[in-house]
This record gives sequence, structure tokens and C-alpha cells, in this order.
Amino acid sequence: MKRNMKKVIITVVGKDTVGIIAKVCTYLAQNQINILDISQTIVGGYFNMMMVTDPSACPRETGEIADELDAMGQEMGLSIRVMGEDIFNAMHRI
Amino acid sequence: MINILEATETVKMITQENLDVRTITMGISLLDCISSDPDELCGNIYRKITTCARDLVRVGNEIEREYGIPIVNKRISVTPVGLIGASACSCPEDFVKVARTLDEAAKAVGVNFLGGFSAVVSKGMTQAEENLIRAIPQALASTDYVCASVNVGSTKTGIDMDAIRLLGEIILETAQLTKENDSMGCAKLVVFCNAPDDNPFMAGAFHGVTEGDTVINVGVSGPGVVKTALESVRGENFEVLCETIKKTAFKVTRVGQLVAQEASRRLGVPFGIIDLSLAPTPAVGDSVADILCEIGLEYAGAPGTTAALALLNDQVKKGGVMASSYVGGLSGAFIPVSEDQGMIDAVEAGALGLEKLEAMTCVCSVGLDMIAVPGDTKASTLSGIIADEMAIGMVNSKTTAVRLIPVIGKGVGDQAQFGGLLGHAPIMPVNRFSCEDFISRTGRIPAPIHSFKN
Repeated sequence: MKRNMKKVIITVVGKDTVGIIAKVCTYLAQNQINILDISQTIVGGYFNMMMVTDPSACPRETGEIADELDAMGQEMGLSIRVMGEDIFNAMHRI
Repeated sequence: MINILEATETVKMITQENLDVRTITMGISLLDCISSDPDELCGNIYRKITTCARDLVRVGNEIEREYGIPIVNKRISVTPVGLIGASACSCPEDFVKVARTLDEAAKAVGVNFLGGFSAVVSKGMTQAEENLIRAIPQALASTDYVCASVNVGSTKTGIDMDAIRLLGEIILETAQLTKENDSMGCAKLVVFCNAPDDNPFMAGAFHGVTEGDTVINVGVSGPGVVKTALESVRGENFEVLCETIKKTAFKVTRVGQLVAQEASRRLGVPFGIIDLSLAPTPAVGDSVADILCEIGLEYAGAPGTTAALALLNDQVKKGGVMASSYVGGLSGAFIPVSEDQGMIDAVEAGALGLEKLEAMTCVCSVGLDMIAVPGDTKASTLSGIIADEMAIGMVNSKTTAVRLIPVIGKGVGDQAQFGGLLGHAPIMPVNRFSCEDFISRTGRIPAPIHSFKN
């Protein structure tokens, strides 16, 4: 993620299964993306996770990471979104 | 730090409620392209557009991927061609040539619409502007991405009735030339009163002469987000209702502001304005009419519709102006018929007619938009409808617009299919009584008095 030193938020939503966090974390580790914070809840059997990550050591573009995580999510029946932190700050912070 | 509920809300808005940035529109001044030779003019225009907007689509796509927010359209608006071509174009055919050049430039840079085949004739037409208007049917029929608009009136100048009379005929001619596609050409032609110089939305976008050389304007959308937010306050009082709309409009606009700033920075082009319009699409759940229903109406068009729309429009603006310091363009709720499934349903249920739509335009952000009428509607009747709408804009100091599509070969009860973002529309009945003698008068309607407000 050259040119971009900003934090990236990864959200995972879907039906809870074994190994979701492990799989996503392994992928992030392979791509030198550092996890700064993880929070997760399960509401009605649905898994909700948010990760705040620092991609500054990752040599690849955010878009590629987003596409690969999206594909990985679809394999597991999950929706995984990769979004720059700015969009959340813009929307929820004055 | 953002918490999981906030993150989930944002993701849900995008994935389930159709939140998107509707358009990044680059305004490009063509004033420095002017030449007295038509071929040189076209060459200059092509070069300028393909140079300035070279990276527009790429940067738009980059931002889309990095922030995970869909940016549906990348578009261009240019200085009204009625001015740019005044020296080179001595006949309508010359203007058609310019339109084809604009189309080629739009295709070369990969945008999906280019606005500015326009004339601003609020008080009178120059010979060149009249030629441009006469070139519109051929220009729209022979190009794919060019959009035309004509500003025929303003609060300060009154209404140019000669232009309105001419446009009634031009709209019919455009319909005839594009009759194979349900008269689609007319969907790319807007007639305005008080047209803004910085509107990013098509088909009425042009880059006004008050603007700088290049500028980035962004149009946000999000009717689905407002509708969903209102589902949680059913039965609450007006204060809660208004507060909810405002908060939602704020959030939506902030996303637009972020995208606009990023686009401006990456392209090295100054940021102009955010247009905080609620722009519907034919997609289910992306409808302004559905918001009106959520406010408490059985269908858009039921008694109370004008009041509900006035409230909605005002709250959207109040929420949006807090979110961005530079709000401009049309900013409000759009009420196109064909582009909004809820509006189509209302027309088909018999809840909504042309007259109620006209009343709604007194309080909405634009006007009679994307309305299909019978193909045998007379030119003078079209001019009459335009004149009515322009009068509303002139007297109320607001932008109003007309985008009517007389669908050749079809009548009331039929459907017109435009496809894509333009959607489909039931043909609506038009008042059949004549206004021929009114329209055939020449000259203009004087500007209204600005005192004695009653």
C-alpha cells in the first residue's frame, strides 16, 4: 500500500464458523499488515468483526488486498470489506 | 477510535442501502479553445479535454477501491458550447461537429457523460446560441455521451419565451430522431431556469463562466440510507423525523466531502462544491418516493406529498451544509419519474400526475424530470409546460428544470424503456387544452418584482 500510510479498517460479517479470525489474521501476516485492534461480537449467530490495521509495511495496493479478502470471504460465506479509516472518521466524527 | 457499531453502520449503508458517490464531475473551461476556424476549435477542445481529464477515471476508481465506496459515475462538464462556438460555428451543422468532438473526447477519457452542449439564453439568444439550439436534435441523435441544456430564464432576467417556443419544437424533433430508442435523445436535454454554474449532475451539468479553469465537483446520493434511517422512527413526532434526516444527510455528505478532497488532491485540480442531492436510481431501495412513503404517505402524490417533500428537502440541506463548507449545485431531493421505482409505482397506481409533480417542484431541488409523455403531444403544449415550470423557478428564486420525453409512437398506458440509470417510465397523460396563442406571442416575460412578497 505505497503512498498510503493511513490505517485501514477491515470488517467481517457473516455466519459464525470455526477459524474465521485465524484465516484473516494469517492472510494479514503474510502481507505484513499489522493488526492494531480487533473487536468482535456475535449477534443472533452472525459474526461481526472489525480490525484496525496498519498497512504501511505492506508492499501491495489496498485494492488488491481488498479483492483477495473479498474472494476469501466469499469462500467462507462471509462479507469482508477493506476500507480506509478516513471514511469512518468523516462519517462519525465531527 | 471508531467502534464496531459505527463501522458496521457504514458498511451496511454501502452494502445494503445503496450509499454511493453518484458522480465525480470535472468541470473544464473551454474558453481558451475558442477559434474562428471550426476544425481548429474542435482540435483545441479535444486536446484540452483529453489532457485535463486524462486521469479522472483512474483516480476515481482508485479512491473507490481504497475507501470501499462505490463511485458510480465519472463525468465532465464544459463551458456552454453556445459561447465557445460563437466565432467558429456559422450554422447548426458546425455545432453538431463540435458535439461529435465532445463525444470522441468523452470516449477517449472513459467518462460516461459529458455535459455542456448548452446555451444560457435567459434574456435573449445570440445567432450562435440559436444555431446551437437548432443543432441539439442532430447532436443528441449522433452522439452517445453528450448532454445538452438550455437555460431559458432567471429571477433577475425574466423568461425568454422565444427560446421556450423554439425548444418545444426542438424536443419533438429530438424525439423523432431517436424514436428507435423510445426517444431517448430527450433524456439528454434539460431546460432550466436559474441554472447553477457548478452542477455535477447530468444531463444539466455545464461549467459556468464564473468558474476557474478546472474544478472537481462531487454529487452524493443515498435515498436508501435516509429511508432505512426513517424506518427506525416510525410514529415519532416531526422533530425526531427531521433530526433523523439531518443526521443521515450529514453522514452521507461527509463521505462526498472526503471523496471530493481526495480526488482534488490526487488530480491536482481545485475542489469546487459538493452537491448533496438525494438522487434516486431505478434500483429497489434507492428511491426518494419510498422516503415520502416512509414519512407517512401511501404513495408519492397523495395529499401531504408537497409538505413531506418540502420537509425532506430542507432537512437534507440543513444536515448537508454542516458537513461541507462548499455546498452548491442543485442540492436537495430529485424527483425524476423514470429513475425512481417508487415514483413509477405511484404513477401506475394513479396517485401521481403531471399537475401534482408540478406542485412538488415548487419545493424540490429541480423540476419535472424524466417524464415520458405521449409522442403526439404538440410542440406548443411542451412549451407551455416548460413555461409553467420556468415561472415557478423565476418567481421563487430557485432552480427549476424540465426534462420531458415525448415518446414517438407511444401513448398513455404504454411504457418507455431507457435502460440503465435512466430506467423506464409509464407514459403520463398531458392536459390536452391548447396554449397555442400564448406560446406564439414573441418576446420575453419580464423579471418579477422583488418586493410585496405574498
